[in-house]
This record gives sequence, structure tokens and C-alpha cells, in this order.
Amino acid sequence: MSTDGALDFLRFANIQKSYDQKTMVVKDFSLDVAKGEFLTLLGPSGSGKTTVLMMMAGFESVTHGEILLDGHPITRTAPYKRNIGMVFQNYALFPHMSIAENLAYPLKVRKLAKADIAQKVEKFLQLIELEDFAGRMPAQLSGGQRQRVALARALIFSPSLVLMDEPLGALDKKLREQMQLEIMRLHKKLGFTVIYVTHDQTEALTMSDRIAVFNDGVVQQCAAPEVLYEQPANAFVADFIGENNFVPGKIVGLDEGMVRIEIAGGEEIIAMHSDCDVIGTKCRVSIRPEKMFILPSEHTFANKITVKFLARLYVGDYIRYFFELPDKTEVVVKVLNDHEAPKFGEGDEAHLISRRKDCFAFAVT
Amino acid sequence: MNDTPTIAPVALERGTSDVLTKAEIRLAHREVRRHKMVAFALVVPLLLFLFFSFVAPIATMLHRGFYSPVVAQLIPNTLQSLATWDGQGQPDDAVLTNMAIDLKRLAADRTSGKLAAEINRNKPGASSVVKSSARKLRRTDDADLAQNGATLLLAANKAWADPLMWRAVQKSGDTYTDGFYLTALDLERTFEGELQIREATQIYIKLYTKTLRMALIITLMCLILGYPLAYYLANAPSKTANLLMIFVLLPFWTSLLVRTTAWIALLQTNGVVNSFLTGVGITSEPLDMLYTEFSTIIAMTHILLPFMILPLYSVMKGIDPTLMRAAMSMGARPIPAFIKIYLPNTMPGLSAGALLVFIISVGYYITPALVGGTDGQMISNIIAFHMQQSNNWGLAAALGSMLLILILTLYWVYDHLVGTDNIKLG
Ligand SMILES: Nc1ncnc2c1ncn2[C@@H]1O[C@H](COP(=O)(O)OP(=O)(O)OP(=O)(O)O)[C@@H](O)[C@H]1O
Ligand SMILES: [Mg+2]
Repeated sequence: MSTDGALDFLRFANIQKSYDQKTMVVKDFSLDVAKGEFLTLLGPSGSGKTTVLMMMAGFESVTHGEILLDGHPITRTAPYKRNIGMVFQNYALFPHMSIAENLAYPLKVRKLAKADIAQKVEKFLQLIELEDFAGRMPAQLSGGQRQRVALARALIFSPSLVLMDEPLGALDKKLREQMQLEIMRLHKKLGFTVIYVTHDQTEALTMSDRIAVFNDGVVQQCAAPEVLYEQPANAFVADFIGENNFVPGKIVGLDEGMVRIEIAGGEEIIAMHSDCDVIGTKCRVSIRPEKMFILPSEHTFANKITVKFLARLYVGDYIRYFFELPDKTEVVVKVLNDHEAPKFGEGDEAHLISRRKDCFAFAVT
Repeated sequence: MNDTPTIAPVALERGTSDVLTKAEIRLAHREVRRHKMVAFALVVPLLLFLFFSFVAPIATMLHRGFYSPVVAQLIPNTLQSLATWDGQGQPDDAVLTNMAIDLKRLAADRTSGKLAAEINRNKPGASSVVKSSARKLRRTDDADLAQNGATLLLAANKAWADPLMWRAVQKSGDTYTDGFYLTALDLERTFEGELQIREATQIYIKLYTKTLRMALIITLMCLILGYPLAYYLANAPSKTANLLMIFVLLPFWTSLLVRTTAWIALLQTNGVVNSFLTGVGITSEPLDMLYTEFSTIIAMTHILLPFMILPLYSVMKGIDPTLMRAAMSMGARPIPAFIKIYLPNTMPGLSAGALLVFIISVGYYITPALVGGTDGQMISNIIAFHMQQSNNWGLAAALGSMLLILILTLYWVYDHLVGTDNIKLG
């Protein structure tokens, strides 16, 4: 984390939002963002990410709660007084202004001296490597170039906070990766705080200091990418981030702060838990496909399950194996494509093993 | 791939050279010509239609403004003998005699009134001279007329001794004349050929100015009323927008006449508006609203409003709503952001709408005719008057041509100021 200041630089305190006075789009959103942090809001479509961002920028009213920026409540401050930079998915470049004029606009609004403006515009054009495009109109740029200009325009007036709503959504994969690096580079160089919205989890995982996983208007988990991936707080996060197997079972005992679960076929596995520890209740155990291994393999793992081979899918750098439990639950295992990748015939019995700390028991809802 | 062998030999023959052979060039040219022919054949019907319905009438109109053959056809002999007259004093007796003979013939043909009207345009009061003389000469004997035509003519009316009368005859006799255009500009030519402001009534320049002023007011009214509405329509949820759009388009679906008469019902002395005003007690006397410039402007604004709203709406619909948000996030207050960001982007629609409304209203006829009274008349009404009532087609054509030139000039000025690339009609 590149945080260097107050841990509650930006604070959302119990934000609620309803567009129609009936349904809550954002139910209870509380979050602290540190200064200089790159925080991503990640969630499925319609989960309220844009809504939160718009409330932060001041374009949507807050139904209930308070937003504090640097200790000052800004909930009812007009958007143009908030000094928050914003990058839109569709760039929102002013089509009747040249690139240089677009960049100069926020400075002109702030009534900076002409010379200062020219100098700053020059500096930012260099920063985004578009010096030769100063006189061009936005329509004469490619998508990636436009987004770079939009980025520079949101940064040029040195806002302490920059909001980005799916800024790379309209770009193709390759360009998107390029722009991700570009944004990270600028973030590192200029040290602003970023609230970034995306529903591309790879993007979120690679760029963010922390990710707030958003669903149903509630933050499901807010943590660093590794934590989110390795220790999901609930079944939604486990399912939403990356790929996961869910093995149904029943809690039969507690063991050194873990839970012992009996799964279909009568085998027992031991798993981490957060929201279920009552013996006798049903639960689901999540195990990532790459955290399971097919026997024979050096056998030091505690959890072993017996399955039936279904199919094998050749992907290239790895191979996906499909197995099934006695109750027909499908289990996927990813194996690196080396010479030891095992071979099975259909219906063959196989044994899967995994570490305890890679298994998570979640309550069944 | 069984067509590969047929292509291969050509490719081999040409080798790697990028230069086309003569035969290939001919082939390419023939291809281009064929495309052009097809394209031309497709637009021929439209071209013909445009020629007969647009180009030809306008050319005729421009021509009519200069062409006045009536007098030359009515009294050819008189005019021929008058050609040598020096313009001073009474012309030769031969001229007078010819005139007397011509007048008698016209009186017999019952076409003397036509001549009277034509000459009267150059010399007010000449009409009665011509008519009375013709009436008197009708009863004279042909032989006597050939002998003493001059005396008989002078006896019929002393005015024939006046050189001014003859100058009017001579002037009316020109088959090609700039007189109509000069009249349309409130000018006239002295006998010496110098231009001067018309001594008789000067109404046309004033009328053009008034027409332009009214068109400008109507355009501004449409803009003031239409811009916010178009903005609302473009940003409203599509259900509301569609419903409101029907109200905007409603005027297009009802007869122009009905709409205009509705305004008569509203604005007349004991109409809806006056009843309301007196009823509420704002005024004690009903206001004179109908048959004024005011009523013309109100009714025309109503009729032309859709022409402003539609292009504005279509342009505003295409403006990214996040532009304003972006501007505000950069610290711009709403009004400066609107002026600097939103307004320039609506310019194509705004100019298209304004130009449409302005040009349509400059040439508008029916509404001023119905609700304008004398006060609210515009140039088209005078043109119609000259065509239908005073039968002065030449002047009507000249006024019409001036209107056309005026609009073209305005368009040209506009093109230089704003640029017609910036127009978006839909
Ligand atoms: N202006 C509005 N009026 C009414 N409802 C709205 C409005 N804007 C959004 N919503 C609703 O609020 C919910 C959240 O929308 P929001 O745009 O915040 O989602 P999102 O997480 O940004 O989704 P996406 O990933 O698709 O952009 C949705 O159910 C949406 O229908
Ligand atoms: Mg969104």
C-alpha cells in the first residue's frame, strides 16, 4: 500500500441511497479510504458502484449518511466545490475543444495565469506522451489516446481525490492492459487517492491497494487483493473473485479453531470458517481449483476427498480436470501443464487433496 | 476454389508491376463512366421535377421583374414615332395622331383600361386621362382621325400637351425596364436617368425592414421558448419525452388554417384572452390584440416553434450528458459550464432552427394575412396584393426577387459567420 497519510482521508459513514424512496440501491455503505490509496469498488452490474461514485462527486444526493473528505463533511457540498477529479467511461472530452483546450479548461475555471496554464498543459501532455496532439480535436484521437487525455484532464488541477468509473470499459483487452499500467504509473508518480470502479476483477486485482467487493448495496469485504482471493469473507466473495468449487457438507465438529465437515460420500474435511460454527448445520466448503491436487502427489495435506473422473479440458498452460462427488457436485481442479499431468479414463476413481487453510466453510443461505 | 485458375493467368501476365496496362485503364474508365451514368439516371426524375417546379418558376420571376411588354404590344405605332422625340415640349403631331388612332382601336377592343393602368404606374392620375380620351375618340370617324388626330386628341384631354404625360407613355413603352426593381427599392429614375428616392409613397423598404424585424422577433421567441423545452425533452425519460414530443408535433398534424383561426378566437376583442383579462380585472377595456403586429408574431411563433425544437432536440439528444458533469467536477459552476460546454455543442441545432424559422417567417403569407390586419402585414402580403389585386405582376416579381436576394444574402452572411457545416437539421 502506498498510503502515506491519514487512514480516514475519505470516510463514508452509513451511506444509504434510494432513487425512488422505496427501494434502497445502496443499503449501508461504510468505508474508510487512506490518503494516496488506490481503492477499487468491484461488484456485479447494478450493485450500486456508479451510484456511490456519483454521490461522492456530488451528482446524486445522499439519502442518508455522511461523506467526509479530509475530516470535512461534503455530503451537501456542490459538485464544483468539491475539488474531486473524475474520469468517465465514455471519456466525456469536450468535442468542440482541442486536446490542449480540454486540458486547460479546469485551470481556466480556476482563473490561473495564462503562462501557468500553458506550462501545466505542456507538462501533462508530456506525462501522457501526447505532446504532438495538442492541437487535435478529440474526434481525431483513438480510444486509448482519448482516455489518456481524460485522465490527464482529471489530474491537471491536482485534486487530492480522483474518481474513475469504468474508465477502461470501452477499450479492447490489450489497450486496457496498457492503460492499467499507465494509470498505475501516474498514481505512483503523483500520489493522488483513487476510487476506481470496475466489474473486471482481473483489473481490480492487478491495480488496487484494496478492493471493496460490492453487492446488493452492501460492502461484502474490503481488503487487499491477496486477502480477498486467499481468504474470502463470505460465499459471495469466494464465488465472485476468481473461480471456486463449492462442496456441500455438514458440520460435525470443531477442531483447533477450524470446523470439521462431513461431505457426500462420508469423507471428512477440515476447513477455515467465518460465518458458521454450529455443529449439525449445513454448509458449503469452497476450494479453489488450483489449490487442489490429484493423487499421487506427496501427501502431506490434511484434506482428502474421493471423486469420480468426468472429463479433462486442455487449456494450454494448464489443464482443467472435472470430477464429481457421489452427490453429483462437480469439482474442478487446475493442474499445470507439465509432463506429470495425470491421465484418467471416464468413471475412474481419483483422490483430491488440499490444505486446510485453503478450505473455507460458509453458511448456506 | 475452382475460380483460381481463371484468375491466375492475369496475375501472372501483370507480374509484380503496380502500373496498369492501357487496356486496364480503359476498363477502369468505362467502369467509372458506367457508375456515373447509373447515378445520373437515378437522379434525372428529381432534376426534371426541380427544374419545372423550382428553377423555371424562379427564372420566370426574375425575368418578369424586368419584362413589361403590355404597352409595347398595345400602342406599337405611337411608341415607334415617339422614339425620335427629344423629351422637351409637345411631341410631333404625327405622334399625337398615332396615339389617337391607337386609343380608338383600344377603346373598340376594350383594352384601353389595361393601357391606362400601365401608364398610371409611371404617372399617377394618367389613368383617367387615357380612359376618358379613349372613350371620346371611340366615336370619331377613321378618316377624320387620320387627318386631325392630334387636334382630336388634345380636344379629348388637354393633358396630352404635357410632356410629362408623354414621358410616362415612353417609359411604360419599354419592354425591358428596371422600373419595377427601382419601385421595389422605393427609388425612381428622373427623365435625365438619375436615380432618386421615389417622390410618391415610399413603403417597400419600410416593409422589408419591418418584415426582417418581425422575423427576428419570431426567431428569438422560438429560441427562448424552444431551447429549454428541447433541453427538457432531450433529457427526460423516453416515455415523458415521447408524450411531450406529440404535443410539439401536434401543430404539424392540424391544418394551418385551423391553428390560425384558433388564434383569432383567442385574441379577438371579446375573445378568450380579453374575457379573462377583463374578468380578472387586469384591464377594464378589452385590448386590441387581433389584427396587429403582436398577433402576427404570437401566431407565427406558435406555428414555427416545431421548426426550432426539432433540430435542437436532435442535436441535444446526441450530446453526452456527462459533459456537464465533467465540467462541474473540474470546478465549473453550472451556468459558466452551460455557456462554455453545452451551448457550443448545441450550436448546429440552434443555427439550423434559427435559420429555418427566420427564413420561413420572412416569406410567410397566410398568418399575417389572416390575423395581421394592416399593421401586421409582411412583404409576402404585398407581393400577393400586387399579383391578385393591382395586377402588377412586374412589381410582384421584382419584390419577390428582392426577397430571394435578401434571403440568399443573409444566408451568405450567416455562412461566413457561423459556417453551414455547423447546421444539423435532424
Ligand atoms: N438515476 C436513477 N434513477 C433510478 N434508478 C437508478 C438510477 N441510476 C441507477 N439506478 C438503479 O440503481 C441501481 C444501481 O445502479 P448503478 O448504476 O449504481 O450500478 P453499477 O454498479 O454502476 O452497475 P454497472 O456495473 O452496470 O455500471 C440499479 O438497479 C439501477 O437500476
Ligand atoms: Mg456503473
